[in-house]
Amino acid sequence: MIKTIEGSRAIAEQAVYCEPEVVACYPITPSTHIAEELAKYYANGAIKKFIAVEAEFSAISALIGASAAGARTFSTTSGQGLLLMHEPLLAASGMRLPIVMVVANRAVSSPLNIWNDEQDTITQRDAGWIQLYAKNNQEAVDLVPIAFKVAEQAMLPAMVCLDGFILTHAVEQIDIIGKEDVKKFLPEFNPEIKLDPENPVSLGVYAGPAHYQDFRKDLEEGMQEAKKIISKEGENFGELFGKHYNLILAHKCEDAERIIVGIGSLVDNAIEVANELREKGEKVGVFHVRTFRPFPREEIRKELEGKIVGVIERDISLGASPPIYSEVSEAMQGTQTIISSFVGGLGGKTITRPIIRNAFEKLKQKNPVREWIS
Amino acid sequence: MTKSTNAHYYAPGHSGCPGCGPSNCMIQVTDAIGKDAIIVNATGCIEINSSLYPNSAWRLPYIHVLFENTASVAAGVSAALKAKGNNHTKVVVTAGDGATYDIGFGAVSGMFERNDDVLYICYDNELYANTGVQRSGATPYGAATTTSFVGKEVRGKQTQKKPIVEIAAMHRIPYAASASIAYPQDLKMKIEKALKHEGAKFITVNSPCCLGAGFDGSISIKVARLAVQSRLWFLFEYENDEFKLNFNPEQKLPVKEYLSLQKRFAHLNEKEIALIQKQADLNYGRIKKLCGIK
Repeated sequence: MIKTIEGSRAIAEQAVYCEPEVVACYPITPSTHIAEELAKYYANGAIKKFIAVEAEFSAISALIGASAAGARTFSTTSGQGLLLMHEPLLAASGMRLPIVMVVANRAVSSPLNIWNDEQDTITQRDAGWIQLYAKNNQEAVDLVPIAFKVAEQAMLPAMVCLDGFILTHAVEQIDIIGKEDVKKFLPEFNPEIKLDPENPVSLGVYAGPAHYQDFRKDLEEGMQEAKKIISKEGENFGELFGKHYNLILAHKCEDAERIIVGIGSLVDNAIEVANELREKGEKVGVFHVRTFRPFPREEIRKELEGKIVGVIERDISLGASPPIYSEVSEAMQGTQTIISSFVGGLGGKTITRPIIRNAFEKLKQKNPVREWIS
Repeated sequence: MTKSTNAHYYAPGHSGCPGCGPSNCMIQVTDAIGKDAIIVNATGCIEINSSLYPNSAWRLPYIHVLFENTASVAAGVSAALKAKGNNHTKVVVTAGDGATYDIGFGAVSGMFERNDDVLYICYDNELYANTGVQRSGATPYGAATTTSFVGKEVRGKQTQKKPIVEIAAMHRIPYAASASIAYPQDLKMKIEKALKHEGAKFITVNSPCCLGAGFDGSISIKVARLAVQSRLWFLFEYENDEFKLNFNPEQKLPVKEYLSLQKRFAHLNEKEIALIQKQADLNYGRIKKLCGIK
C-alpha cells in the first residue's frame, strides 16, 4: 500500500510486518524515530518482546541471545551507537546469527556531529555483517524483508543502511508491503541449531589455534555465498512485488564513457545529473554499490571495465585511500580503467547536483584525481 | 580410561585446577537447577575450562558471547523464550566477579532494572584468575595480585570489595543473596528460592581460587568455610524487601586464621591484620543492622 509517510516510520512498519519476535533498541539520533515507532507497535501488541536496553551495546547483545534461542530479531541504531556495538557485531557474525538491523547513517565523534555521512557503517565493514545501502526510502523499506530473507538463509547478520535525516526524516510516498504479502516472501524463522534443553548444544565456544582459522574461513565462504542469495532473493522479491533488486545498480553504464560510483542517497542525485547530461549527448552513467558487504567485485569489474570512473564517498580511512575508492580500484586491477576519488559530504554537508556535475566534468580530463569536494 | 558419568550437568573432563572453587560452584549450581535451563556464561575461567572446541563440559544448552555482555545476552534469551510461549525454561547466567563487579556492571544493572527473568550466579573468586591473577572490584583489602602488587610504597589492594549483594538488592529485584561453596545446603536452598520468583535474581557464591589466592587445592572448601566463620563473607539474602542473615557464627574466628592460609596475604603485618579485623567487625555490624539483628 502506498502511504505518505516519514522514512523512519515506514521502515518500522515494514519491519513489524516481517514479524520479529524480539526487538531491542536504544535511542540515538537520527535512528530514534524508528525505535520509537517500534516501541509503539510493542505497546499495541504487534511485537512480542521489545527490550528497552541501557545501551546500544546491550541492544545487540540481547539480540545475540534471542537469535541463539531461535527468535527472529531486529534493531536500529546510528553513529556512536553502532561503534559501541562493535565488539558484539563481530561475535554475532562469528556465531552465524541472522540479526537484522537498520542503521541510519551518521558521522562519528570527534567532533560530535549528529548529521549524515557513512563513516559509521563503513568503519564496521570488517565485522562480518552483510551491508546493504539504500539510495532512497523506498529502497530502504524494501531492503528490510530482503535482509531478513538473505540473513536467515546465509546465516549471517545483515544491516540495511540509509542516510540519516536525508532519508530517515523525509516524508514522501512510500509503498509498504502488507503483513500477509510479506508472508509470501519471507517464511518463518526456524534455525536448525538453537539453545534448547531437549537438545543441548554449546554455542560461542572457545577455539584454539588448531580450529579457530577454520571458523573464520567458513565465515568468509558464507559471506561469498551470500552474494548469490542476495541476487536470488532480490529477483524473487521483484517477481512478487514488481520491484527488482540486485547486488548493484548500474544506471546507463553499458555505453557510458564516464561513470560516477557511490552509495546511499547521493546515488539518486547522481542519476538525475546523469540523465540531464545524457540529454545533452554526454555518455555518462551511475553505479550504485548497493551491497558493500559482500563486496560485488565481479559485477563492478564487469560494469566499469575500460571506463573513466569517479568514486564519490562520504567516509575516509585516515592515513590511507578512501575505502570505497580503494576497494573499487582493487576490483579493477589489471584493467585500463581510470579511477578518481572524491571525498566529501561529511557530517551533514550536502553533495549537491552541481558538485556531482563538476565531478563528471573532472572525469573528462582522463588523468585520475584525488580530491576533497564540497 | 574412566568413563564420565551423567551424574552432573557440569561434566567431569573440564580443565579446572584440582580443587578449583568456581568449578565446584558450577557443579553445585547446575545440579540444583536441573535439566530445564539455558546457561549464559561470561568470558572467564569457567568458559575457558569448559568449552574448548570440539569438547564441552556442559550437559545443558550453553552460550558464551563476550566478557561484559552476559546479562544482556541472558535478557535476550529470556525474551525469546517468552516470545515463543516457553515460560518454564530457566535462564541462568554464570559469570565471575570480573564480569559482574567490573566490566559487565552496567549491563548487570540494566538487567536488574528491567527485571528480566534471569537467575544471575556470580562465582566470586575475588580476582581475575583467567588472565593471571589481577585485582578486581571483588578483591579484598590487602590482597596481593599481579596488579595490586606488594611493593615498598603500596602493599596489595588498598580498597575494599564492592558490597555487590546490597547493590543488587537496592535495584529492588525479587531475590538477591550471598552464598558459599562450603555451605551446599544453603546454596541449594537459595537457588530453589530464587527460581520461585519471576524476574531478576542474583546470587554471588564465594568460590576461592587456589591458584590465584595461593593455597593447596585440597583445602578450597576449608578456606571458603573460614571466610564465613571469620565474618569476611556472609551468608545472607534479600527477599520481599527484607534482608535475612542465614548463618551467624556465634563464636567468630579471628581473621588471622583465614588470612594465614593464603599466599596473597602472606605479606601482611600485625597492623594490617588488625585493620582487616576491624573492617570485618564493621561489615558484620552493617550486615546485622541490615538484617534486623540486635
